[in-house]
Amino acid sequence: MEKKVIATTSLAGCFGCHMSFLDIDERLLDLIELVEFNKSPIDDIKRFTKPVDIGIIEGGCANSENVEVLRYFRENCKILVSLGECAIMGGLPAMRNGISIDECLAEAYLNGPTVQLNKEKILPNDEEIPMLLDRVVPCHEVVKIDYFLPGCAPRADLIWDALVAIVTGKEMDLPYEVIKFD
Amino acid sequence: MSKKITIEPVTRVEGHGKVTIKLDDLGRVTESRLHIVEFRGFERFIQGRPYWEAPVLVQRLCGICPVSHHLAAAKALDVIVGAGTGEGLTVTGEKIRRLMHYGQFFQSHVLHFFHLSSPDFLFGIDAAPELRNIIAVAQENRELAYQGIMMRKYGQEVIAATAGKKIHGTGAIPGGVNKNLSLDERDSLLKGPDPMSADKMVEWSLGALDFFKHYHKNNREMVDNYASFPSNHLSLVRKDGALDIYHGVLRAVDNEGRRILNDVDYQDYNHYIEEEVRNWTYMKFPYLKEYGREKGWYRVGPLARLNVCDFIPTPLAQKEFEEFKAYTKGKPNGMSLHYHWARLIEVLHAAEVMRDLLNDPDLQGNDLVVKGKRQEEGVGVIEAPRGTLFHHYKVGDNDLITMANLIVSTTNNNEPMNRAVNATAKAFMNGQQEITEPMMNAVEVAIRAYDPCLSCATHALGQMPLEVTLVNEQDEVIDKKIKG
Ligand code: SF4
Repeated sequence: MEKKVIATTSLAGCFGCHMSFLDIDERLLDLIELVEFNKSPIDDIKRFTKPVDIGIIEGGCANSENVEVLRYFRENCKILVSLGECAIMGGLPAMRNGISIDECLAEAYLNGPTVQLNKEKILPNDEEIPMLLDRVVPCHEVVKIDYFLPGCAPRADLIWDALVAIVTGKEMDLPYEVIKFD
Repeated sequence: MSKKITIEPVTRVEGHGKVTIKLDDLGRVTESRLHIVEFRGFERFIQGRPYWEAPVLVQRLCGICPVSHHLAAAKALDVIVGAGTGEGLTVTGEKIRRLMHYGQFFQSHVLHFFHLSSPDFLFGIDAAPELRNIIAVAQENRELAYQGIMMRKYGQEVIAATAGKKIHGTGAIPGGVNKNLSLDERDSLLKGPDPMSADKMVEWSLGALDFFKHYHKNNREMVDNYASFPSNHLSLVRKDGALDIYHGVLRAVDNEGRRILNDVDYQDYNHYIEEEVRNWTYMKFPYLKEYGREKGWYRVGPLARLNVCDFIPTPLAQKEFEEFKAYTKGKPNGMSLHYHWARLIEVLHAAEVMRDLLNDPDLQGNDLVVKGKRQEEGVGVIEAPRGTLFHHYKVGDNDLITMANLIVSTTNNNEPMNRAVNATAKAFMNGQQEITEPMMNAVEVAIRAYDPCLSCATHALGQMPLEVTLVNEQDEVIDKKIKG
């Protein structure tokens, strides 16, 4: 059987979902018999090198780059999975949604008790850094998402079962207890 | 023709960042920058939340070292609930938190060395990108990958037993902890089914250290000269000068080893530290106020900690520490790749501390929380795996947070990381006809040594791809090259 190809990315997430993925521990060694990894922060593949079967998305979209990366994943992956609360609902970063960006930036770069006197009111605004969205949005508001795995972070067993189900094409067992967000 | 090189995203580090390097007509590096491209706004949106939420909220800035944020916030809130700083907790409270923190240290350092950096050592920085990952490591050297995976698992199990959950636990609360360690939990961590025992972790830590020392011996010139430059160093130390990652006083030394910050109380951290804002990155640049922006910047993390402390209070790690110190004749070590060496000495230390703590009956105590006179303001500082981490909160009469300030470990390393990028870019790219993929990876290797958690730093996290853009003087793109 040809190995399925997996890619992962972290948008506006904390990497906890990736860590939970690594928490499948020894099963990682089994996993690499089943699948092949393409673009992912854990390897050095920075652009897709082939079509991908399963794209795993951690984090929602907080800036223009997150949106671009998410679209890039959608174009190149047959199946997209939103992994964790941030991807599904925006998560902790979305706590800024009720507040203006200016206020958030001012608190971090002008008012903080250790910020040097910032007379010119310098804020990060270089062309090299992406534009912030006015609101952090979940991934399915930007592209179609095929599966959602809840949790913050989703438990490693859940990630493992879901992957095995997708890779082998067998339906997964979802008892009531696992349908929760934490 | 001048050029601009962009490395984006930088991979095998934990964060959202990218690198740009500008070259002049003669191919000389004129400017290099490590940009942090994500911003969260935590300082503002935490305002108005009840203070007891902080330890569980703030750790969601970083899923790699959530325990560090969890505990730094809890320590700041200890002050707010009147439990004092560090020493104020019950013995069980403090020791459970220590165990949690050393477990986290262990897993995070192991992750960094085995999962993220070992490919560079096994295959070389000029190896094909498809090879440079833990999966290829598993195919090439299954035992090494297996040990890395199981060591990380062990650390995560320690966290789960003390914090309730491997990622984003809830164990630390203002004034203490919400559970002790049961005898069953203790036994399974102490003696667990092979290889998950405390002794095995010590043994494997020694093995990992040997692996690196062996590599160093065979590649001495490369390891020693790679992004090597002098700096100041900052960390917490125990009052007697011992390495202590959970609690202590702030100390900084200069590149000659002279104390430039002498064991001060961290509640006053903002008297000593200031941050500069630059418009091309979300990560601020901290420095010691007294010495100013030019001279006051410092390194933090494993290398800095070993440069700052006087000794390590566990025997096996102390022996390694002496060898490490002797290598630079007792002077501070400024060699970026020696971060790996220092990190592995700390892995060994963490393994020894976990073993000692697990044998300590205080962990089964039932006195878990302390409360005293409520205060308005508190600072919590801890040595996170990547370096000194500051949390500072103010809380109003209604128990809602009115101010939050964070200086995370990776932010403290902002200036040194930028210098490391610059040094490597110059060493590998100056005057070269063509910029190759291995040259770009070389820059990443330097960044990776600092184990930046860019997630925390913005306070955000992610990965960095590597993309090179060639531009002419008018900044028009003439060529584009993508790494990976
Ligand atoms: S869902 Fe939780 S663990 Fe996953 S990225 Fe978001 S905060 Fe981190």
